[in-house]
Amino acid sequence: MAAPLLRVDNLTVRFPTAEPVSRLSFEVGEGETLAIVGESGSGKSLTALALMQLLPRSAKIPNGRIEFAGRDLLGLDQKAMRNLRGREIAMIFQEPMTSLNPVLTIGRQITEVLTLHEGIRGKAARNRAIELLNLVRIPDPQRRIDDYPHQLSGGMRQRVMIAIAVACRPRLLIADEPTTALDVTIQAQVLDLLDTLRRELSMAVVLITHDLGVVAQWADKVVVMYAGRKVEQALPGALFRTPLHPYTRGLLAASPRLKTNLHYRDARLTEIPGSIVSAAGEKGCPFRPRCAVARDSCAHFVPALVEVSEDRLVACPYSFIPEVAHGVAVGL
Amino acid sequence: MASTDFAAGDARSRRAYAEAREPAVPAEPEAKSWSNLHAPDARSASAASVPIAAGGRALKIFLRNPNAMFGVVFLSLVVLAALLAPVLYPADPLSMVARPFLWPGQNPAFPLGTDSMGRDVLSGILHGARISLFVGLVATALGLSFGILVGATAGYFSGWIDDLLVRLIEIFQTIPSFVLLVVMVAIAQPTAPVVTVAIAVITWPTVARLTRAEFRAIREKDFVMAARSLGYGHARIIFREILPNALPPLIVTSSVMVATAILMESALSFMGLGDPNVVSWGSMIGAGRELIRTAWYLTALPGLAIVFTVLALNLIGDGLNDALNPRFSQER
Repeated sequence: MAAPLLRVDNLTVRFPTAEPVSRLSFEVGEGETLAIVGESGSGKSLTALALMQLLPRSAKIPNGRIEFAGRDLLGLDQKAMRNLRGREIAMIFQEPMTSLNPVLTIGRQITEVLTLHEGIRGKAARNRAIELLNLVRIPDPQRRIDDYPHQLSGGMRQRVMIAIAVACRPRLLIADEPTTALDVTIQAQVLDLLDTLRRELSMAVVLITHDLGVVAQWADKVVVMYAGRKVEQALPGALFRTPLHPYTRGLLAASPRLKTNLHYRDARLTEIPGSIVSAAGEKGCPFRPRCAVARDSCAHFVPALVEVSEDRLVACPYSFIPEVAHGVAVGL
Repeated sequence: MASTDFAAGDARSRRAYAEAREPAVPAEPEAKSWSNLHAPDARSASAASVPIAAGGRALKIFLRNPNAMFGVVFLSLVVLAALLAPVLYPADPLSMVARPFLWPGQNPAFPLGTDSMGRDVLSGILHGARISLFVGLVATALGLSFGILVGATAGYFSGWIDDLLVRLIEIFQTIPSFVLLVVMVAIAQPTAPVVTVAIAVITWPTVARLTRAEFRAIREKDFVMAARSLGYGHARIIFREILPNALPPLIVTSSVMVATAILMESALSFMGLGDPNVVSWGSMIGAGRELIRTAWYLTALPGLAIVFTVLALNLIGDGLNDALNPRFSQER
C-alpha cells in the first residue's frame, strides 16, 4: 500500500495543567474515511485542531509528528501552514449557526476562499460559487448565493460550510462533529453529502463524532479515543461485531441497535458509570475508575496498544479473557 | 442575534427573488475542474445579481425614525450652506460691509444684521459652516482610522502588542483632553489643518478602546476560527471578517465624534486659539461675548447654528444606533 496521506505519530497535546491528547497515532489513506469516536472531553476536537495547527496559544505539542503528504506539519512555518489550510486540508466545524460570518453573504464567503487560494475573482468566482452551492445540493443556488447566513436553515448553513471547505478541492477534510447541531433527518443528508463528495473529489475524511450510528454507516476505519488516548482501532464491521475494549463495549451497550434493542422497552440500555472527569489525575489505565472489569494491576500501568489482527489494535490486556468479555456484554 | 430576525430577512429575500427573475443567460462553459461533476443547472443558470442591499432592513428602520430624519434634513441644510457660501457670499466674510450693530431684519440686505465691526453675520454663519464641517469630518475621519487601526491590532493580537497599545491609549486618557488640545494648538500654528489634526489626536483613544473591546469579543467567535482554518492571514481576518461585524457601534460613535469635534473647534475659536484668518461659529461667539448685553444676537445666532448642528448629528447617531442594533430594532 502506498504511503498514507496523513500519518499522526505519538501526538501529544499539553496544556500547562493537563494533557488532553497523549501519544495518539493513526493513519488516514487517500480517499479514506477515518472516524474518531469518543465521548465529550476525550480529546477528539483538540486532535482536529492540532492537525490544523490551530490549537490555543497555551497548548504545546511536546512530542509527536504529523505527516501530511510527506510533509511534517509541525515543522512548517506559519506562512506555509496558512497556504495548506483551506487548500489542502479543510475543516468543518460543529456549529453551522456561528461558523459563518453573519454580516457577509454566503457567496462572498465562498468567493473569498477561491480568491485567496486560486486567484479566481469577479464573475468567474461567482459562477464557481454557484457550482459549489449546487454541488452541496442547495436548491436554487443562483439566488441563494446572495443570502445572508441568517436566512438559511441549520442544515443549509452546514452545506454552505461544506461548500467553502471543499471549494479548493482539499485532499483532507476534517469534520468535527459536523452533524451534532442538526436534527436527525438532516444529519443523514449531510453525512451522505460528505461521503458523496469524498468519492467525487477523492479526498480523505477525518470524521470526528460521538455517534456510533454515524461510524457504522460512513467510516472505513474507526479509532476509539478515551481521555486523550487511542483505546481501540478497528474496521467498523469488526468493531460492532466484536468490540474488545471495555470502553467500546460500554459505548455499544449504551446505544440502541437495530433488531435486538431498537427501543429501550425491548432491551435495557446500559450506561457507563462515572464521567470522563474521573480519569483526571489517575495513574494507570485512564478507564479504570469506570471499568467494570478493572483489576488491581490496572492501577499501575497504562495498557499498551496491542495489535490483535490486521487493522485491529486494543489497549486492554484483559479484553480477551472470555468471562471479562461476557461480563461486559451482558451489561453487568 | 441573527436567528431572531428571520421574519424580516425572509420578507426581504422573497421580494429580492421576485426581482431576480431575469432572463437566464447561459454562463460561458468554462472548462473547470467541476465541470465533470453534477452541476448542470448551475452552469446553465445565469449569475443573476440579486440586488439585496446590505443593511436594507437597517436603512428602512432609519428612514422611519422621525428624529433621525430631522437630523439628516438639518445636516443636509448645513452641508448645503457650506457648499453655497462662496457662491452666495463671494466676498471675505471678515470684511466690513455695512454700518456696525445692524439688528436682524433692520436692513433687508443683511438679514441677520452686522456685528460690532460691520461684518455680515449671515455670511459669517454660512462660511463658518465650512470650517465647522471640515474640522468635524476630517478630524473624525483621522481619529476613526487611527483608532480602528490601533484598537483592531490590540484586540486581535492580545499579548504584548495589546499591553503596549493599551498603555499608549491610557497615556492619552490620563491627560485632560481639552488642555492637551489647547497646548498642541498653542505650540503649532493655529491653522484649520493643525486644529483638525489636534482634535483627531485627542479623540482616537476612545475609538481605539471601543474597537479593541469589539475585536476581543468577536475574535472568539466560531467564524473567526473557521476563517483561520481556511488559511486566511491576519490582515484578511481583521479587515474582512471581524471589522464588518464591529462596525455598527463605530458608525454610531463617529456621528457623535463629528459633533464633539465641531464643539471643540468652536471652543478653541471662542478662546481665540483658532485660526484668526477664517471665520468660524466659535470665533463669532467669542467676538460677540463682550457685547452680549447690548447685541445678544451676535452670540445667539452662531450659538444656535452650533446647537442645531450638534443636535442633528446626535439624532443621526441615535437613529443609526437603533437601526444597526438588531436586538433593539426587534423590540419596537
